[in-house]
Amino acid sequence: MSAEAAATRRRIAPVGHFLGLAVVVLTSIFPFYWMVTTSLKTRADAVARDPVWFFSPTLANYREALFDSGVAHALLNSTIVASCTTLLAVVLGTPAAYALARYEFRGKRELWFWYITNRMVSPIVLAVPVFLIANSLDLIDTHLVLILIYLTFTLPIVVWICTDQFRGVPVALDEAARLEGARAWTIFWRINLPLAMPGVVVSAILSFIFAWNDLLYALVLTRTQARTAPLAATSFMSGYELPWGVIMATGTMIVLPMVIFAMLVSGRLVQGLTMGAVK
Amino acid sequence: MSSRSNTPAFWFIAPSVIALLAIGLAPILFAVFNSLHEYNLARPAAGKPFVGLENYLTVLTDGTFWSSLGRTVTFLVTAVPIQIAIGLWAALLLHRPGLSFMRSVARVSLVIPLATTYAVVGLIGRLIFNREFGVANDMLGWVGIPVTDWLGDPTMAFVALIIMDVWQWTPFCTLILLAGLSMVPKETEEAARLETPSALRILRHVQMPFLLPGLTAILILRTADVLKEFDKIFTMTRGGPGAATELISVYIQRVGFRVFDLGLASAQAVVLLVFCIVLSRLYIRYVYKEAEL
Repeated sequence: MSAEAAATRRRIAPVGHFLGLAVVVLTSIFPFYWMVTTSLKTRADAVARDPVWFFSPTLANYREALFDSGVAHALLNSTIVASCTTLLAVVLGTPAAYALARYEFRGKRELWFWYITNRMVSPIVLAVPVFLIANSLDLIDTHLVLILIYLTFTLPIVVWICTDQFRGVPVALDEAARLEGARAWTIFWRINLPLAMPGVVVSAILSFIFAWNDLLYALVLTRTQARTAPLAATSFMSGYELPWGVIMATGTMIVLPMVIFAMLVSGRLVQGLTMGAVK
Repeated sequence: MSSRSNTPAFWFIAPSVIALLAIGLAPILFAVFNSLHEYNLARPAAGKPFVGLENYLTVLTDGTFWSSLGRTVTFLVTAVPIQIAIGLWAALLLHRPGLSFMRSVARVSLVIPLATTYAVVGLIGRLIFNREFGVANDMLGWVGIPVTDWLGDPTMAFVALIIMDVWQWTPFCTLILLAGLSMVPKETEEAARLETPSALRILRHVQMPFLLPGLTAILILRTADVLKEFDKIFTMTRGGPGAATELISVYIQRVGFRVFDLGLASAQAVVLLVFCIVLSRLYIRYVYKEAEL
């Protein structure tokens, strides 16, 4: 390569870099953008033969989805279920994470392995037996059954993210408190938990997102009363003329809060998705 | 540390273990029990007789089960290499110095596909790939590609599903590989840049060792996720046309909840569970290799 060619290459490199990044941004955003804009179109514009790029937005689809199609109720259900399962996961998971970070005991590796396995197991494996159990306990179409079954993935998330966080809290603090005569629970509750709060919050947000995003369990275990938002979005899918504006309005209301939550924890999203193996 | 009592550890851990035993393990044992019985909700009069391994025999000789598993493998070996290739390309762009504002915009935008509810990804796919008014046909029309009936054609429906999967999961690969790239010591990378202008050679000789753990994680986790793939397919194609996009989880759901053969569905679920356990063993072994535990 001649010096000139190298110089040209150096000059155009930033242009290529910029264009590449622009492609990344546009493709990441496009389907989301298309959902949001479709939700703001009139019925005719949403299914126009030549897709409409410019139009005057309307909120009619949101009104119809929320008040005529029961999506408001479904969103409320989703909020209740995701909040409760997250709270329960944090209450059960943080002490376990603390113990995994601080104590040595037999079977620790196996226990850890078991938490990981819960992440790998396909939900359909559990959906079949859980449906039968819930059916015989009369728990079908209740918030409770979803709150409990979502623990199978929210609890492991809390455990693996918080274990990591507790490892970062200096052991010297524990030792000092112990010399003062503090009991194990006090050391955990008063010293470690407040210091590990950033991790607890991240794991809580991720738990909430995963619980909110589920469709399979909701499809199998709920009918009308406890129907969650993704199930409500799916319920429009019958007949030939689909109300695409309303479907996409529902989709937007489901996805937008999750995108905001995920952005809040974007720095630790990968940690959550890989169970702490990649940071 | 070792002189300390471990009793508190037991009390810290017990509640979560009991919860997971009750909701994660007990149902699986129940599924194993059901898989040994004939159990069809559509035929309540037949009762629930013990049939031993008959359901498993049915699974092993069931052509539909194997073809849905085959489709799952096809999906995996098509989608994942594309995700890794594009993911690596994007990770290198995000790692390259300069244009820091644009890079942070790109990084933030990657969160959108990852956070989008799977069921909604399927709905968006169904809208975008609609034969009559889908924007995919519109955009392909700009470059002269004729109108395609994406979701009506078995092959194209499979392709459309892969495209949506690539959209959703490529950012996952990008972020993992980007984490790997940032592990390369700055001095090593700069020295290599002075040595050679070839980005490919730097990638192969300098960056690759740091990318390998991430690549292993991607391969195992994506395999587990494709075995789980249900929501998106259910909303986008319902496994159709015919059974063209019926991956393993969708097939089991159909047997269990649309045919109501819960004995057979349980046996299928147990077989699937074995795959999942093998995968998590691999994950522990190769990805958690150096964890402190």
